[in-house]
Amino acid sequence: MTEPLPTTDLKQLSEDALSALQVLDTSDPGAVEKWRVEFLGRNGRLTTVLRGLGALPAEQRREAGAAANSLKEQLEQRLEEKRTQTLAAQAARAESLDISLPGRRMRRGRLHPSTQIIREICSAFNEMGFQTVEGPEVEWERYNFDLLNIPRDHPARDKWDTIWIEQPESRRPPDGQRILLRTHTSPMQGRVMERQQPPVRVIVPGKCYRFEATDATHEWQFHQVEGLVVDEGVTFADLKGTLYEFARRIFGANRRVRFRCDFFPFVEPGVDMSIDCFGCDGKGCRICKNSGWIEIMGAGMVHPKVLAAVGYDTARYTGFAFGMGPERIAMLRYGIEDIRHFFSNDLRFLSQF
Amino acid sequence: MKVPLSWMKEYVPVELPAEEIARRLTMAGVEVTGIERTHTWNGIIVGHVRSVRPHPNADRLRLVTVDRGSAGEIEVVCGAPNVAEGQRIAFAGVGADVIDGHTGKASKLKAGKIRGVESPGMVLSEKELGMSGDHEGIVVLDPAAPVGRPLSEVLGETVLDLELSPNRPDCLGVLGVAREVGALVGLGATEPALGYRESGPDAHSLARVTIEAADLCPRYTATVIRGVKVGPSPNWLQDRLRALGERPVNNVVDATNYVMFELGQPLHAFDFDLVAGRHVIVRRARSGEKLATLDGVERTLTDEMLVIADPERAIGLAGVMGGANSEITERTVNVLLESANFHAVNNRKTARGLGLASEATVRFEKGLRAGLAEVGLRRCVGMILEVAGGDAARGVIDEWPGRGNEVNEIFLTQQRVQAVLGVEWPAAQVVNTLRSLGFEPVPALAAAGGQGAAMGDRSASWSVRVPYWRPDITIPEDLCEELARVIGYDQIPQTVVSGRVPRWEPQAGLNLREKVRDALVAAGIQEMISYTATSERNEERVRLSEKTPGHVKLANPLSADWAVMRRTLRENALRTFSDNARTWRGPVAMFEIGKVFLDHGEGLPEEREMVVGVLGGLRSETHWAGEQTRLDFFDAKGAVEAVLEALRVEGAFSPGADSTLAAGRVAAVTSPRAGGLRVGIVGEVDPQVMTAFGIDAGPVAMFELDLEALGKAVDASRSSASPYKPFGRFPASPRDLALLLDDGVPAGEVLRMIERNRLVASASVFDVYRGKGVATGRKSLAVRVVYQAADRTLTSEEVDAAEKSILNALSSQLGAELRK
Ligand SMILES: [Zn+2]
Repeated sequence: MTEPLPTTDLKQLSEDALSALQVLDTSDPGAVEKWRVEFLGRNGRLTTVLRGLGALPAEQRREAGAAANSLKEQLEQRLEEKRTQTLAAQAARAESLDISLPGRRMRRGRLHPSTQIIREICSAFNEMGFQTVEGPEVEWERYNFDLLNIPRDHPARDKWDTIWIEQPESRRPPDGQRILLRTHTSPMQGRVMERQQPPVRVIVPGKCYRFEATDATHEWQFHQVEGLVVDEGVTFADLKGTLYEFARRIFGANRRVRFRCDFFPFVEPGVDMSIDCFGCDGKGCRICKNSGWIEIMGAGMVHPKVLAAVGYDTARYTGFAFGMGPERIAMLRYGIEDIRHFFSNDLRFLSQF
Repeated sequence: MKVPLSWMKEYVPVELPAEEIARRLTMAGVEVTGIERTHTWNGIIVGHVRSVRPHPNADRLRLVTVDRGSAGEIEVVCGAPNVAEGQRIAFAGVGADVIDGHTGKASKLKAGKIRGVESPGMVLSEKELGMSGDHEGIVVLDPAAPVGRPLSEVLGETVLDLELSPNRPDCLGVLGVAREVGALVGLGATEPALGYRESGPDAHSLARVTIEAADLCPRYTATVIRGVKVGPSPNWLQDRLRALGERPVNNVVDATNYVMFELGQPLHAFDFDLVAGRHVIVRRARSGEKLATLDGVERTLTDEMLVIADPERAIGLAGVMGGANSEITERTVNVLLESANFHAVNNRKTARGLGLASEATVRFEKGLRAGLAEVGLRRCVGMILEVAGGDAARGVIDEWPGRGNEVNEIFLTQQRVQAVLGVEWPAAQVVNTLRSLGFEPVPALAAAGGQGAAMGDRSASWSVRVPYWRPDITIPEDLCEELARVIGYDQIPQTVVSGRVPRWEPQAGLNLREKVRDALVAAGIQEMISYTATSERNEERVRLSEKTPGHVKLANPLSADWAVMRRTLRENALRTFSDNARTWRGPVAMFEIGKVFLDHGEGLPEEREMVVGVLGGLRSETHWAGEQTRLDFFDAKGAVEAVLEALRVEGAFSPGADSTLAAGRVAAVTSPRAGGLRVGIVGEVDPQVMTAFGIDAGPVAMFELDLEALGKAVDASRSSASPYKPFGRFPASPRDLALLLDDGVPAGEVLRMIERNRLVASASVFDVYRGKGVATGRKSLAVRVVYQAADRTLTSEEVDAAEKSILNALSSQLGAELRK
């Protein structure tokens, strides 16, 4: 009696299994299991074939065993392939994601654009050793004007149209000092120098007010950032270099700066600083009104009278001061056409920054 | 200040285009804000009449050959009787813009035949140039006019419009601007001649001047011109004044104005025969004294005002406006001319007090130097003699009580220039630059000044004499600016500030504020910044507590809506909410950090920094998968919790009351570690307040935090243990409890009680239910309790025991029962 040759059995088995797989619905776990049991299971046809190997001579048995194992691997691999194909086909059939739909986002808050610019300015100077300090918005005339070499009844005061605070006679101090809404952040110069000796290196952000009718380019409330440096050996060259460094950090590393003579009673010499226009790189455009330059801030060497007023030795100490408007910088940078947007708090404006 | 270039060029022969002059002046601090051209002709040039011959077909017409310079010669027909060989004339070629001599309308010139002869151009009259209605003859130009150049270079005026800073009254004279230009282009300016024929008797024999108020009148110079013939000024003088926008009056008055616009020194001419006693007295007005000024208005004066008077009455308001009673008229024969120096502040106060802005005050209020007075007087006498004739007195009357009060000389060292500007310019460059501006630097011995001596021989030093026209130069730093602005700021090196960095001082308040700002932004809330002023009526809408300190009131508010400084941020927040709720479709969640101003009755007001947030509307912008619920109390509370967490401050919420917020929907926020200090409030806005702001859809949640109190809470928390605890490595056992409780029992109480058990790591509410299946007045609370120990895995028996003990406590103290 002759047992059928296992290799023949294996060939038949392979054909049967593959053809059964062809029509198998791999998404039906029951059907898959049935197929597996029939061909690869504990009492399946492959096992039966393998069991039959025991009767063969050793040489033949090893050969047939290897063939049977390879077939087992092959069948399992084919099953896996079939499964993947079916899944993909299924996915294609079923609900796929429209990934173009908007994402589900966390509600977002943003800093007010003025806050953003003020932070940028302050941190640029903080990195150069300037400390941020702040002062009162309702201020004595003495700090806002007198100590800054802007005497009462002097035409120099005309530059700062002032909103005054109602002050009944009984509340006037003996020296007749009046109270006002600070017209610039410069009062902090006197306040800082009164309470410390040089070296002074501060940056002062804050709100300021002017008695000024509002329109697209004028606002009665606005922010200013003031800077002050006083020490031995501080020169105009330091002013130039420091403000140039600042301009590079805020407006771009390749900016150029230009200084022009200007008058502020609390500095001498006084200048204003322009940068070459970032809109056109100095070629002339709407932002710079075709001049190629944009005025960014006023600056100058601290006037000896200002130093003397707080008791500093003017032969020993020199310094420089500067001031700029964050709203103006934001308007230039973002092309904002109307300064009144800043404090109207319209979300259609604020949500853009 | 307007500066006609033709006038300026009388003193400085500058050939640069107007734009370049303007640019250089502006860079040097004399800002030119505009350039006006009185005429800009298109296509019209200076022509030279080479020959004139008769027209073959018309007696009145002639054929004129015009040299157009590089464009060559051309023959045109001309009907003007005054055309002649050798003239320089205004020539229009085909295509030029001209005014039609008959119709007066603007048109483009076309080529045409006139009585059979081609005429490809035209020699123009004043009317055809649009300069006047004169069409009698052609315009004949200066024989030196450059042939072929645009007509606008020789005819018409270019005017610079200057916006001057108050320290430069010298540039309120054309000569002052010319001096600037001279220095900037390296040409130097020619000063006008001051000499004149003194054909009359000694001035002192004719008139007398007494200064009674020397503090208000440092110098008064005057003289007398007899036998003038008052009448209209010559055309050139009238033209110059008109170019500045001034109305010519008569030759004597025009001469004083001319000199004011030339030198910057205001002058006044009196009819000498109307000055009683021939005696001028400079004194304070008597309180209530009346004076009719030249503008015909009778003014009532105060004793702080300075007048020019004769022994009987005031005849002028010093340095502001003359009196009608001594005015120059056609009948005037003898003139007393005044050129004085008045106190700047007093002059300004007088002019402002009377609402009288004059060209004189514009100059005096800026503080002129006394030296300018005499120069102005001498220049003006010469001018009057030229345009009105007469005999000038010999010498001038000069009362100068303020002599010696001005800074005339400044000690300057090279070392000081270096210390201020950070650049060492050679001594010769310093000297030359100062000279170009009219300063006279004289080498000084180093020993003469302290700073120079300290530097030894290395530093050159000068005694610099300040010219009579520069009141703004009083200290060495002023001279440094002169050097920098003429030599150029680009000639100064750039060095980043070095040296000592100041000692760092902690800025707790500022850092705290910025942390709060960041935490709120991270929590999805938009920052806003509003106006700090408001009106009492608008503020009333938030119903502030009556204990709030008083308002800081503005004395000159810009509008009634901004009459007082705000005492709360709530009003702006609600106003902003209301505005945005109308225009914004998504959630409105905004906060502001800013100051409120509280008047405590003395000194400066308190400026307290507050945080206010307002939240309402749909939770998310309309989203395809979004659930549409509205923001409410718990969003505001969540924002406050986010802030507290960012600051590592433990906060407690307890039922509170607030006049802006709805009763029963308010929590006071306190800091247990700071002894229960109240740091803020959170709640939903009272419906009546919402109505007052026109908000119709609620809820509107709001929170308010006091930054100073928050700072104290931070300090109190800092002293406690580190926030870090080792986290358990043994597994946690979560168990859920469904509790039935009286409705009034706060969930927070339940959680606190559960967390008191030492095996409980955390407890959180995941459902609150009232209604079917739960008795009225009761609620069901689902709580997840997580049990965990640091040193072992808890057995289920241990957890059971802990749960039992918790339930016992909840039952006995809060009346809770387990829901079956
Ligand atoms: Zn540009």
